[in-house]
Amino acid sequence: MVVSHLNRTVTSLNELFEHHAHFAGLSDISISEDIPVEGDISVPVGSQNADNDFSTLDEPVKDTILRDLRAVGQKFVHVMYPKKSSALLRDWDLWGPLLLCVTLALMLQGGSADSEEDGRPQFAEVFVIIWFGSVIITLNSKLLGGTISFFQSLCVLGYCILPLTVAMIVCRIVLLGGSGVVSFAVRLIVVTASFSWSTFASTAFLADSQPTNRKALVVYPVFLFYFVIGWMILTFSPSH
Amino acid sequence: MNPSLTKLFLFFLHVCIHRALKSVMANSDFLLQFQEFEDNQDFTQNTQESTTVTIDDPIKSRKQRNAAGTDFEGEEDDPLENSDKTKLLSGERKSAPFWTFEYYQTLFDVDTHQVKSRILGSVVPWPRRNFVEVYLRSNPDLYGPFWICATLVFAIAISGNISSFLRHHGQPKYKYVPDFGKVTMAATAIYSYALLVPLALWGFLTWRNRTIASLVSYSFMQIVCVYGYSLSIYIPAVIVWIIPSEGLRWCSIAVAMCLSGSVLVMTFWPAIREDKPRIIIAILSTIVILHVLLAVGCKACFFSTYETDPSADNNEPLKAGSTLSFTKAN
Repeated sequence: MVVSHLNRTVTSLNELFEHHAHFAGLSDISISEDIPVEGDISVPVGSQNADNDFSTLDEPVKDTILRDLRAVGQKFVHVMYPKKSSALLRDWDLWGPLLLCVTLALMLQGGSADSEEDGRPQFAEVFVIIWFGSVIITLNSKLLGGTISFFQSLCVLGYCILPLTVAMIVCRIVLLGGSGVVSFAVRLIVVTASFSWSTFASTAFLADSQPTNRKALVVYPVFLFYFVIGWMILTFSPSH
Repeated sequence: MNPSLTKLFLFFLHVCIHRALKSVMANSDFLLQFQEFEDNQDFTQNTQESTTVTIDDPIKSRKQRNAAGTDFEGEEDDPLENSDKTKLLSGERKSAPFWTFEYYQTLFDVDTHQVKSRILGSVVPWPRRNFVEVYLRSNPDLYGPFWICATLVFAIAISGNISSFLRHHGQPKYKYVPDFGKVTMAATAIYSYALLVPLALWGFLTWRNRTIASLVSYSFMQIVCVYGYSLSIYIPAVIVWIIPSEGLRWCSIAVAMCLSGSVLVMTFWPAIREDKPRIIIAILSTIVILHVLLAVGCKACFFSTYETDPSADNNEPLKAGSTLSFTKAN
């Protein structure tokens, strides 16, 4: 009985070893220097190298800032020469609008923080009017069935404040010379020109995304928006 | 057969109502007649559909279709298509819930020429022409009310500033500073008027419709739309107010009031016509008085801010203005 048991265990052990030998053969194959496995390892390394060209992790901070500034400057040029191009629409950013908006609001405030009772537009009011206004105009164009995306429209509306910001700078320079009839006339002309420039540029970018029979409905709020900003710039008078 | 009977009865009632309305209003307007024709057609189509459904005779309808020359594939979804058509014809859209973007898209579903004709229709009162029935139908929009209110707010703020500048221009110690607080005040006043008054009116009309079976009932959006467009006449009026002459200002208020007030009264007249005379007078006078109060309040608030001026000679016009506004309000 014992012998037969032993025999059985030996045969089962043999089977086991045979299996093991089978696996051992497989592991031998994988351990041996095989080309496809190496290839598998080496391919990701190559793609990582290709990724490194686009990654901004290693580049100096100066390069990053300069590249972004160059993109912003290119969009400024697009606003100043409003051609029918989609560069302003394709890769939007909100740095330019933020820059323009802060500049405009700071210049409109004009250091009147000390006087409480006068109601000239404060920083927060200008800031809120610009951002809230462009959000509402964007929502309006989306509700009317426009095909432009939300941030693209915000980007266009923000960048098109540029002529008005330039007009603000000109107005402050003119106001240094005094505030008579002549200076008012100059300011009026400058603000009117920049207002029509802003409206024209933003319509050139925005109106194409609308159905033809609704273009006027989209353009009118934009007109109102820039008109109000232009009014704020025109009526600005620094406190002495 | 019961639903078809009720639909037939509804159709009969509808025709009767239209006849009655037509005889009362005695209008010879093409648009209204056209609408009536369309509605009748819609109702006949309703009854036709219901009869075919109840009779349920597919072979007959198929024969008719084949005779009409339509292909076989289109017939399988015939009842669905028919119901779609009736839905489109009756002007009822599938209403999305109000928190979705689609719901607001239906409220901005207007074209340029529609907005133009609506603004014109709210300014020029045409005798026996109902603003809702002619221009809005079942398609009230929020575009017009919103942007008309926004334009009015900035028109009030800007021309108020200009008028205060013109008034103080000759004074030696005066230095012009733009008053930005006017924008906030005007926005609060205009938008609350354009929202709260329609809300109150809508609530009142729904309540009265419970007690007396009125033929015409307006939805909340229709009332908001009517009120928003009725403010459009105030935009040129406010620009006229820049000219510093009290007589001209009151004239422009009176003209604007007569034009848009009569449009408002004619619009809401069919909805309250069946009510008691006392209530009709109360509602109509409330509508008109609130409309006047808005104009007079704007004028008093933004165009005659004499209380900030210490000089005595300017106090007299303020008294005159305030007493006039009080007599108008009472």
